[in-house]
Amino acid sequence: MNKLLLDSPGEQLLLLGNEAIVRGAIEAGVVVATCYPGTPSSEIGDSFFQMQRESGVYFEYSTNEQIAMEVAGAAALAGVRAICSMKHVGLNVAADFLMSIAYEGVKGGFVIVSADDPSLFSSQNEQDNRYYGKLSGLPILEPSSVAEAKEMTKDAFALSEELQEPVILRTTTRINHATGPVILGAIGAKKTAGEFPKDPSRYTMVPSTSMKLHKILLSNYEKAAVKSDDSPYNIISGNGKWGIVTSGVSYNYVIDAVKDLAIESKVGILRIGFSHPLPDGIIKKFLSQKEKVLVVEELEPYLEEGLKVKAQEAANTVQIRGKGDGLFSRAYEFDPRMVRSVIASYFGIKHKDKKPVVTTDLPAIPQRPPNLCPGCPHRATYAAVRKAYGDEPIYANDIGCYTLGMLPPLRMADITVCMGASIGLGAGFAKVTGRKVVSFIGDSTFFHAGIPGLINAVHNDHNITVVIMDNGTTSMTGFQPDPGTDMNNIGFKNPRVPIEDMVKGIGVKHVAVVNPFKYRKMVEQVKEAVEFNGVSVIISRAICPLYQNTFNKQPRRTFFVDHNLCKNHRDCLNTLACPAFYLDKEQVEIDESLCIGCTLCAQICPENAIRPRKIGG
Amino acid sequence: MDITRIIIVAVGGQGNLLASHLVGEAALAGGIPVQISEIHGMSQRGGIVESSLVLGDANSSIISEGEADILIGFEPSETLRDIGKCNKDSLVISNTAPLPPFTVAVGMGVYPSVDGSMKLIGSRVKKLIAFDATKLAREAGSVLALNMVMMGALARTGLLPLSEKLLKQAIIDKTKKAFLEMNLKAFELGYAAGAKAFNGVK
Repeated sequence: MNKLLLDSPGEQLLLLGNEAIVRGAIEAGVVVATCYPGTPSSEIGDSFFQMQRESGVYFEYSTNEQIAMEVAGAAALAGVRAICSMKHVGLNVAADFLMSIAYEGVKGGFVIVSADDPSLFSSQNEQDNRYYGKLSGLPILEPSSVAEAKEMTKDAFALSEELQEPVILRTTTRINHATGPVILGAIGAKKTAGEFPKDPSRYTMVPSTSMKLHKILLSNYEKAAVKSDDSPYNIISGNGKWGIVTSGVSYNYVIDAVKDLAIESKVGILRIGFSHPLPDGIIKKFLSQKEKVLVVEELEPYLEEGLKVKAQEAANTVQIRGKGDGLFSRAYEFDPRMVRSVIASYFGIKHKDKKPVVTTDLPAIPQRPPNLCPGCPHRATYAAVRKAYGDEPIYANDIGCYTLGMLPPLRMADITVCMGASIGLGAGFAKVTGRKVVSFIGDSTFFHAGIPGLINAVHNDHNITVVIMDNGTTSMTGFQPDPGTDMNNIGFKNPRVPIEDMVKGIGVKHVAVVNPFKYRKMVEQVKEAVEFNGVSVIISRAICPLYQNTFNKQPRRTFFVDHNLCKNHRDCLNTLACPAFYLDKEQVEIDESLCIGCTLCAQICPENAIRPRKIGG
Repeated sequence: MDITRIIIVAVGGQGNLLASHLVGEAALAGGIPVQISEIHGMSQRGGIVESSLVLGDANSSIISEGEADILIGFEPSETLRDIGKCNKDSLVISNTAPLPPFTVAVGMGVYPSVDGSMKLIGSRVKKLIAFDATKLAREAGSVLALNMVMMGALARTGLLPLSEKLLKQAIIDKTKKAFLEMNLKAFELGYAAGAKAFNGVK
């Protein structure tokens, strides 16, 4: 049995933050779970996916975040409990629905997980999604630990039902990808059957309906403000004259710092876990008792601005600071030492940190950026396009493993912005520069946000080539299926949506389905597509070998460099930079423990010096 | 309770996360408060995987510059890259078998001398335990057992608030049965190597 389904209240498990969120939902009797994967949220959906045959929870990887929110939102409108999870930028995709489901409200508990990524470990920006609470009027809960992530998720369902509004659970990478002890609670009963009585004057958001619904939202907001003021998640500890207000993981750094600095008796800490609406009474009372206040929060000054408003309303002139010179930055995540140091300097405490060992005189250490894997079909696609056109075209790229093709020697990502943007960007660049443009987009990203861009390119007659790099899965986030995935391989029967049929249906006149590992042929196919006047599409199809290994591991024929033939041109190394290559005594060698026998380097070698081993030989 | 802060740094695929979770499970079984934090997502793409383990009465799950009590490096250049996490009182356990990144092969960097790197580290921290852990993993049955070798060496230091027995039990309970024999052998080899290095002069 999946450990997250154990019906053993009181048992303590070591769980990943994302697993704790799933367990919280299970304890709350969740019935529907949806997501589009994205770091650091992915393991929430993956856990539901892995347990779906035994959990009784309907789960789907939806095509994008908005659809995930719509499917789960409908379940909640029909009175059953639902959760949908996404990374912070995913909430931008779902924002249209979010803003209006807030007007509609829900009947069954509806929890929206937004996993933010301070320090951009795996993201294109570090936006602070607490502002979505203000924008939408919806409540936000923010856990500070893995154990609390479980409790808050569970309570978020009850809160949502009580307020009849979706509740946003806002986490950060250091919650999602932290692991800590969690005590299991009882598994709640499920209300599985939903009902949606017809009432268009209540649910169909034409202006006359929405005018009424906005009033309902505002009244629910008032109720939420009362709940926030009564919430056990807004915690005050200590009663010194100095105040620290904090939330999320920063709370941990504050607790440790106050202990390390031995200022427990001088400080009062307000940890805000119910961070939208802010708890009015608690904040005003806390501020009234303080001589000086420091706000410790990652990213934007969300709490700081809120506190300053509350202080003004109460005609309280206490000094409140958070962001600024000598204090905290709006960029990047915090760490215990930084928080300790700012607290010490703000309150004038002398302290001595342990000195890090000197690193200024270390020998240069070569960078180790993540790289396309040995045998990755994206490398083959890029090699063929670069062979055909070099640096001549503008290469508009997209979000996925293939973004790693930005690195030399491939250098195939001149720009990458957000999911699906490669096609619209490509169209715009082609229009104003007159240059050749090739847009690269993966299969999952194409389904997610690429299709409207392609329709636009056809309808407005843009002169671009779109290369859809179809490796059959969402590889960067951990091989989640997408609508083009052959689900038979992993024991499911979901129908496959063929990309080529869709592209032809949209009206693209030049469509080629190519195998990127047939290098010379692919180079010709690229030229045909790029020379075509108008929108052309190349579907470069080869399964992700790492993904294939998860369901069908095949013995592979590895390759070696035959030094009787090799003339050390190094075309293989200099054009492909496969991680399986290394230099030994100025000769290229292949690490056969990494080579998976994709044959690409053998096809590129001008001397045919890269030779296959016999399987098992 | 004293706080022990451990950083494990490795290259994707070396089994860093399993090692940190096994220490975490052992801590849970031993009633020691434990927080783990990790950065993954690129682990299968040859990038760096770092995890931090905080044992004892602390709330934070990440470790700042200069504040690691123990740094465990599964790859020598990565140990060196992360040495700023240590202070003069830290203990470092490092594998000495290099895995050069592809940037070296394409001429974008030069791999530093392993001996030189270890000497440098050794001169700046309280104790360095450096040995060819990859060789021992291979001796146990597979390079994949490298993480167990490193855990064995960690157990030998006696600096964990956890017994060797608890760590072994975590391996028995939480790793795949097919690899158990190899894993335990690798742990023992690491333990013995740790002992040898530990008794020797720094």
